[in-house]
Amino acid sequence: SLAGFGNLMQDVLWCFSQVKGTIDIGVAEADIISTVEFNHTGELLATGDKGGRVVIFQREQESKNQPHRRGEYNVYSTFQSHEPEFDYLKSLEIEEKINKIRWLPQQNAAYFLLSTNDKTVKLWKVSERDKRPEGYNLKDEDGRLRDPSMITVLRVPVLRPMDLMVEATPRRVFANAHTYHINSISVNSDYETYMSADDLRINLWNFEITNQSFNIVDIKPANMEELTEVITAAEFHPHHCNTFVYSSSKGTIRLCDMRTSALCDRHAKFFEEPEDPSNRSFFSEIISSISDVKFSHSGRYIMTRDYLTVKVWDLNMENRPIETYQVHDYLRSKLCSLYENDCIFDKFECVWNGSDSVIMTGSYNNFFRMFDRNTKRDVTLEASRENSKPRAILKPRKVCVGGKRRKDEISVDSLDFSKKILHTAWHPSENIIAVAATNNLYIFQDKVN
Amino acid sequence: MECTLDAQSLISISLRKIHSSRTQRGGIKLHKNLLVSYVLRNARQLYLSERYAELYRRQQHYPDGAPLLAMPACPPPPAAAPPELAVLPLPTDAQDREARSCGAVRSGAELLEVPVCAVPPELQRAPCRDSSPGFYRATGSAGPGGGGAGAAPGLLYAASCDFGSGGAPHCSSRTTVLDLDTHVVTTVENGYLHQDCCSQCPCCCQPAPGLASPPPPPGTKRKYYPGQEEEEEGVEEGEPGGGGVAGGPPFAPCSKRARFEEYSTEHPPDSSNISNLISIFGSGFTGLVSRQQADSEQPLNGQLCSKQALASLGAWTRAIVAF
Repeated sequence: SLAGFGNLMQDVLWCFSQVKGTIDIGVAEADIISTVEFNHTGELLATGDKGGRVVIFQREQESKNQPHRRGEYNVYSTFQSHEPEFDYLKSLEIEEKINKIRWLPQQNAAYFLLSTNDKTVKLWKVSERDKRPEGYNLKDEDGRLRDPSMITVLRVPVLRPMDLMVEATPRRVFANAHTYHINSISVNSDYETYMSADDLRINLWNFEITNQSFNIVDIKPANMEELTEVITAAEFHPHHCNTFVYSSSKGTIRLCDMRTSALCDRHAKFFEEPEDPSNRSFFSEIISSISDVKFSHSGRYIMTRDYLTVKVWDLNMENRPIETYQVHDYLRSKLCSLYENDCIFDKFECVWNGSDSVIMTGSYNNFFRMFDRNTKRDVTLEASRENSKPRAILKPRKVCVGGKRRKDEISVDSLDFSKKILHTAWHPSENIIAVAATNNLYIFQDKVN
Repeated sequence: MECTLDAQSLISISLRKIHSSRTQRGGIKLHKNLLVSYVLRNARQLYLSERYAELYRRQQHYPDGAPLLAMPACPPPPAAAPPELAVLPLPTDAQDREARSCGAVRSGAELLEVPVCAVPPELQRAPCRDSSPGFYRATGSAGPGGGGAGAAPGLLYAASCDFGSGGAPHCSSRTTVLDLDTHVVTTVENGYLHQDCCSQCPCCCQPAPGLASPPPPPGTKRKYYPGQEEEEEGVEEGEPGGGGVAGGPPFAPCSKRARFEEYSTEHPPDSSNISNLISIFGSGFTGLVSRQQADSEQPLNGQLCSKQALASLGAWTRAIVAF
């Protein structure tokens, strides 16, 4: 179904489809999902975790016998992408946690994706093998070498079918280019280059070349004493291969054009909303830091996420966003506690649906929120095992801010801040969403009539 | 926005976060530490502005022009020195505090001519170069570096700095210190005068009794003689020298011996119990991150103020100092 059809909030009923992951009480830190990404067709869904592993799910072909079950996602491939490393020179441990996965568009039978930890980006090739050669002359079926002098007959090896095997191989390793922690990678629309961004620099790579990269943004001050902001996210424009944006910890977005100069320290556009002085607090700088930036599929808008809001910006208007959505404004009075328990540093991501009409982002208590840009309606849903019956319709949730709490509402003080939804993904063309809740991956679909 | 924590608690919480980030897996997170430094700056601005406001109120009782030192010069502290300086004042009027928490972050900065060494230099402080410890001085007119327009006469300034160009930003002479062993947070006032005075009156160069630790007894590892550029031998736990700015004192990060004890807010700030401690902070943002900061290009210059801070603090062995 086209994403544009019937995409209004009141028409869509979200149903539970699947959940991946264990139900154990104790969650191993390595199993915490740290990134989720559909590929360009939505056929594949990749997750990365803190243990450095990548798990790829593939959607089953839809069955005519069971039309009510739109294709389910099953494990396709699992591999260890990154291992913990130790930088002896700086006496630093490098975490194996996968920060981001980005797919390349499919150009042949194999699938390619980029995965990155804090320091190293890797290009992985995921390919299928369903045939294997049999009848070698120089080795027998077990692989043991034959004595050539004992061979009397020659034969031509033939390919015979075998059980499908999916193998992932690292094709490129892009290392030693980042002094600081990588927070973003983004594939260019030319499909030949990509960029990687850390706190202070952005590098441009060619997929074929691993021993050098071009530095295109550098905001490191000559004197680190003067450091006032860092880069928090970066993304290429979906269509214009010369254009990219990066967000900062100060709540600003810069759009850069690589045609203007080799080093894009000067932005072509600068997006910033003036601060509301009445909201000033100890934590103003923290909550204005942008944790994610995403171009719309159309390329006309960018969406940013800071601690309390999601904002949509029109590329043609730099002085303020065109839309601002409150994700969980009831937390504004709790910032002190959230600072104490470090939750205020959580980096939430945000995603567009295929038609750019709905945006989604996560919150606490395993809640996630959707905002319909056309109707201005919003909904809060929950990813929980209790709502995990097949095709069960998700019931909207509501947080009670004060006063009398209704029966179905949950009060702010009852929210579980250890259950946070930081990473979500939306199928490129259908109403299928993947929501990472700690170590579990939930897949929801809209109700099929 | 209501905040359940006062400025001093926020400062100590922030310092602990910075400290614990040094030993977290994956190295120091530049982004998080930058954000924490903002909170630190905001809280400190409020805290100092409240303190100054209170000192100003008290000073209204004193004759005009009489220099009022935060610390007494020589032996007995003049009765004029408000004993409350030793105590961390908490605003009793919550409403007043809230009213100031928003405005004070800005107005406090204008009111004080305290060189704020913190990130970011939005306050446009000129870094100052000064090797002598800071002190407070009441001035009828603006102190060196220019009092802010509209600064009230008689207001205290941290005024020992020569606001030269370049060089090291100077730490305020009132420092908030987190003892890494006892996790006690203390505000320590620098106790001595300008270098000129020290050479004539060595007894001046000691912190006022009761406000900072007594001078280290002989036989301890470290002796601090304010005003002297004594080479620190046997710097604890740190990379010796550590690629510092030329002429700067050695830098001594003390992250290796971190002990994570329960922080009890019931601990009174009892500075007399503090044993030998080292300040590991210089000034500015680089002071916040140790050498483990993943940047081999940047020579560590965080020790710019450590010598002064060390000297001023008397005998501290492991501490994080808020600039």
